[in-house]
Amino acid sequence: MTRHIQLTEQGKLKHFLTIEGLDKQLLTEILDTAESFAGMSEHQVKKVPLLRGKTIVNLFFENSTRTRTTFELAATRLSADVLSMNIATSATSKGESLLDTIHNLEAMHVDMFVVRHALSGAAHFIAQHTAPHISVINAGDGQHAHPTQAMLDMFTIRQHKKQFEGLKVAIVGDILHSRVARSQILALNTLGVAEVRVIAPKTLLPAQVKTMGVIPMHDMDEGLDDVDVVIMLRLQKERMNSAFLPSESEFFRCFGLTEAKLKRAKADAIVMHPGPINRGVEIASSVADGPQSVILQQVSNGVAVRMAIMSMAMHN
Amino acid sequence: MSKILIQNGRIIDPANNIDAIGPVYIADGKIVSVLEQAADFTPEQIIDADQQIVCPGFVDLSVRLREPGQTQKGNILSETRAALSAGVTSLCLPPDTKPCIDSPAVVEFIKDKAEKADYPQIHSIGALTQRLAGSELSAMFALKQAGCIAVSNASEPLGNLLILRRAMEYAATHDLLLMYRANEPALSGKGCAHEGAVASRYGLPGIPEAAESIALAQCLELAELTGCRVHISQISCKHSVIKLQQAKKYGLNVTADVAIHQLHLTEDNITPFDSNYHVLPPLRSAIDRQYLREGLVNGTIDAICSDHQPHDLDAKLGAFPETEAGVAALETLLPLTLALTQQHRIGLSQAIASLTCKPAQILGLATGVLTPGYAADVCIFDPQASWQVNRENWHSAGCNTPYWQQTLTGRVTLTLLAGKTVYRLAELS
Repeated sequence: MTRHIQLTEQGKLKHFLTIEGLDKQLLTEILDTAESFAGMSEHQVKKVPLLRGKTIVNLFFENSTRTRTTFELAATRLSADVLSMNIATSATSKGESLLDTIHNLEAMHVDMFVVRHALSGAAHFIAQHTAPHISVINAGDGQHAHPTQAMLDMFTIRQHKKQFEGLKVAIVGDILHSRVARSQILALNTLGVAEVRVIAPKTLLPAQVKTMGVIPMHDMDEGLDDVDVVIMLRLQKERMNSAFLPSESEFFRCFGLTEAKLKRAKADAIVMHPGPINRGVEIASSVADGPQSVILQQVSNGVAVRMAIMSMAMHN
Repeated sequence: MSKILIQNGRIIDPANNIDAIGPVYIADGKIVSVLEQAADFTPEQIIDADQQIVCPGFVDLSVRLREPGQTQKGNILSETRAALSAGVTSLCLPPDTKPCIDSPAVVEFIKDKAEKADYPQIHSIGALTQRLAGSELSAMFALKQAGCIAVSNASEPLGNLLILRRAMEYAATHDLLLMYRANEPALSGKGCAHEGAVASRYGLPGIPEAAESIALAQCLELAELTGCRVHISQISCKHSVIKLQQAKKYGLNVTADVAIHQLHLTEDNITPFDSNYHVLPPLRSAIDRQYLREGLVNGTIDAICSDHQPHDLDAKLGAFPETEAGVAALETLLPLTLALTQQHRIGLSQAIASLTCKPAQILGLATGVLTPGYAADVCIFDPQASWQVNRENWHSAGCNTPYWQQTLTGRVTLTLLAGKTVYRLAELS
């Protein structure tokens, strides 16, 4: 079902809702296409006419500055017309249903929706109910998936590690609530890394987490031992001082990434974070700004990867 | 009134240990004789049930009719038509109508509508607490006098265990059955799927099994303390089956039912984000389903219900967590129950008992049997007939079923309510 809805009959990308159901070849094609766009931002003219005349609507039912901005930038560089709607504060708060909002925008003859929504499955729902010519890109749905973020992370890993085979990757923090982690796990396993570890207290791990293809761990020293990539996740403030975690300081003591803990990883290990970072909560400033950090490269890569995904979805 | 002879059918009447081909004689709306020739009987109507099964009409322990209050989803007329087409001749209406069934006036309203719909066997379940708010006891005696067959707080939580204890004591005072949906809200939270591999993969908030089994254990303890008769509604998991089995072995007067979809579907059936699979309690693991099936075979679970919850289209249109839970299930009750007998170790007679005499016993109703002298509530069905679940074959106002467009086997051909033909499959007439 997932595979079916995302791909055309020829197996090409139509929607981009989740990594699930996409094969290694297609993920690699996305990375290769992104590669071709990556150099562009250094050019004098930062635009290609691939999506000229197309209208892309960023539908953000949940606030996000960074993701929305990179999608806008990616669309602009593909020469598309972009409309960004912050629906968290408009139509639906007036009681309009998700479907009504979509149908209203469809009536304006748009070509693509980039959707962020607080509920898992929202992007699937829109893809199932929108007009057949419209592509839907999931920019994060609830706790389900954030596949473009995962792909830009894969892109960044490939930049540094050249290949995925043999890599050991640790994802640290709030796995339970993280759509980013879910998509990363699927992408890493599809691309063939040797091992994905998730390091978190039991309160922040999903039920039967092993079925997701990961090794759950609760100790940073052990978990980071010999890894090639460390991915830190953002810890939402509302998880603190709740039934999930006692305090920020205790979380940092156990699961915060410090220079000392990072020494357990391989010497050339890279440190990633989907942002925005909480300094001193999940990551020490010295590590976030340190030589192994590739956090800002992730942001730059976000534009190229989203250009790749948007252009592929619109040309199939 | 007319004299009816049903002949050539295979009669299955579990309460009377009957499974044989033969005649059923009906006069004045009552069963006169089964298998044996009735004296001085000249039938005015003969129903040929060759190749068919003749059994008592089904007694469904949980059917939402959506009236009063939610007639965009269904109404008493539409849903009782669906019930009759499904062979269901008696049904229990949970109290979460709008307004809820916490006053005799609402019971009277439903009775009135039921009579107008020619379906008198709607058994209202009274609210356990006022407005189902979980804090103050409802006027249970007045509700009982108005005709409520049991009390329940439907799916609404109770404020605390003391309220449950007092409600049970008070229900026991008036010899009212408590129908209890076991759910600890602090553990189920905003969950919309079974806490397991599938919910983890799709990032859906999970409901652990313990949310049900803990509440069940508490209720069983209080049942012993208070002496209240308790029926546990729609259990979904292994630990509930185990706890019930222990309680029954210990001698506690407790019964339980399971929704038919829980005996077939699991979390693995959930097509990503298809809201037709959004039910509460959620579809659980294959192990849970195995325990539920075994619980039915060994008698731990007494009855199967449809847990019919018709919805309008809008209720199911949205991101999975925001859609409303429930399946329109009356009309798939028989074929899915028959499928259990074919695929698993459940005998046909036992399966029919779980739809007829068992639920009738739980409620203390004189129905669900073909005993001479009892009202002739009869269901005749063709166990081999295949039909597609589609608008043409469907009576409920709600089309929210995971079986939509699927072909199922087993179809009701005729339903008698107190000897009156209230449903006849159109293809036959």
